[in-house]
Amino acid sequence: MKALTRPTAATGALLVGGWLLVALLSRVLAPYDPLHSMIPLMTPGARGPDGAVFWLGTDALGRDVLSRLIYGARTVIVVATAATLTAYAVGMGTGLLAGYFRGRVDTVLSFFANVILSFPVLVLYIVIIVALGASAANVVLAVTFGSAPAIFRIVRAITIDLRSRDFIAAAIIQGESTWRILLVEILPNSSGALVVDFCLRLGYSAITMGVLGFLGLGLPPPTPDWGGMVNEGRTMAFAFPHLVLFPCVALSSLVLGLSLLADGLREPAGRLRRVG
Amino acid sequence: MARMSVVDAQASGLPRWLLLKIGGMVLTMIAVSFLVFSVLELNVDDVAVKVLGQFSTADQRAAWLQEGGYNAPFLLRYLRWLGHFITGHWGNSTYYREDVLTLIAPRLAASGLLAGAALLVIVPVGLALGVIAGVREGSVVDRLVSVFAIVTTSIPEFASAVFLTSLFVFWLSWLPGVSTMADGFHLRELVLPVSVLTLYSAGYIARMTRSSMIQVMQSPYIRTARLKGNSMRRVILRHALRNALITPVTVIMLQIPWLLSGVIVVEVFFAYQGFGTLLYQAALNTDIDLIEACTMVSVAVVVTTQVASDLLYAWLNPRMSFR
Repeated sequence: MKALTRPTAATGALLVGGWLLVALLSRVLAPYDPLHSMIPLMTPGARGPDGAVFWLGTDALGRDVLSRLIYGARTVIVVATAATLTAYAVGMGTGLLAGYFRGRVDTVLSFFANVILSFPVLVLYIVIIVALGASAANVVLAVTFGSAPAIFRIVRAITIDLRSRDFIAAAIIQGESTWRILLVEILPNSSGALVVDFCLRLGYSAITMGVLGFLGLGLPPPTPDWGGMVNEGRTMAFAFPHLVLFPCVALSSLVLGLSLLADGLREPAGRLRRVG
Repeated sequence: MARMSVVDAQASGLPRWLLLKIGGMVLTMIAVSFLVFSVLELNVDDVAVKVLGQFSTADQRAAWLQEGGYNAPFLLRYLRWLGHFITGHWGNSTYYREDVLTLIAPRLAASGLLAGAALLVIVPVGLALGVIAGVREGSVVDRLVSVFAIVTTSIPEFASAVFLTSLFVFWLSWLPGVSTMADGFHLRELVLPVSVLTLYSAGYIARMTRSSMIQVMQSPYIRTARLKGNSMRRVILRHALRNALITPVTVIMLQIPWLLSGVIVVEVFFAYQGFGTLLYQAALNTDIDLIEACTMVSVAVVVTTQVASDLLYAWLNPRMSFR
């Protein structure tokens, strides 16, 4: 909590907290149904015939951009978090096993991780989405596949390091089960580095969702999705820049918040190094 | 004399090391090819639908599968595909109606040009910012560079492309908003794509360089050099930079896979006719042969740069030996 007194971390927490609140309260905050068609291509601030204001304008199908933006926060936060969590489950599970047991398990898992890491991420995502089709579940799957190897590497390295410490030897002598050692002794001791990585990776997942949406390979329409909004508005951006500008600002601010938060959480370790 | 022996040891270890690396490269490529082939072609009925379209009849699909030899066992199909691929028969694009190999070559060159131009800007900017920040850790300049790096690396490429085009194309009308190079090559059309790639990547390199610089500046030999009465400027230029740049330079090579992902997005955004738009069209039209070839090519690029990065690191850092 002390980390939050630093300006970078505080700004990050504010941005992320703000978007979380928007996602939670989207039903209350959104002035319109995000899927409801009204008057197409209204500019920001324009009034409808009944006097209602479209603060951020409407899109080509006459849907309120502000409402889609608000519901889009919910989409990105739910899907990106789910994707990051599954990636962590897979990456941590395999990383703990490989780092603790080494030997053949490690060789096979490390080779597999290297194979996946030799793809440019976006190419990997494109292949998976083409093969399985564009849906929220497949986006989660693709991100899991793409991110788990990097998490695997981090957890594996930490586990190898911790494995040689005395307290693990003590635990083994005490007769603790392997599962207990992995989950109670090793995992909590690696959480510091992982919390920072989690924030950053959540940002990457949000970017990934945005990029896939921008390429038309993300969540299928009419789901309110920031990347998808940019994709739909792209051809008309010259005349109606509001179609693409607002979703880009939204996504950038969310990712920036997560990066700042990660940076703020990391800082204490840096300070320690300088003193010692 | 001691120095000589280190060089000798390196020289004798190099061929073996290189052979191992190349062996690992080939093994990775084979694993990747198997992965890609099984993901895209395990279910032949899906392939038939993707190639012939949703409105093809069952008879048409069956005939097409028979003709293409798709009824053979999976492993046999894979080996046959791999054999074709190695001998340069990369199949036909169903969307462009052209041989994949002749289609890819010029696109790859175009993307190479874009990526090369981007690197020419990214590397000096990233290194310079990192060095300036790292020399005086905790100073105002350092904080500014750090914040700049965090902000730019947090904005996805398509978003900064939107911001930059809104500013320089829609509002100021200084630059063209598309980079199709329709009537020949124009450097002006490269400005925005390169700027977008630079914004996203330079920050990362700056951060790497900064931490490397800080580490070197704290090492005892820098203090010694300073205590001997050398000016700060001389210490930085003659003593610190050389060691501080080893890590960032190798990291730049490892950035190439990320740059490749960025290049795809930027090419699609600015309609630049390169490798990225080719893969994008292939993905939108489920052009299987083309996707497979593009994937293999991009992985080959990544794996090659990884080996090159290792080589470069060993060459720059004499303490490391080839084992």
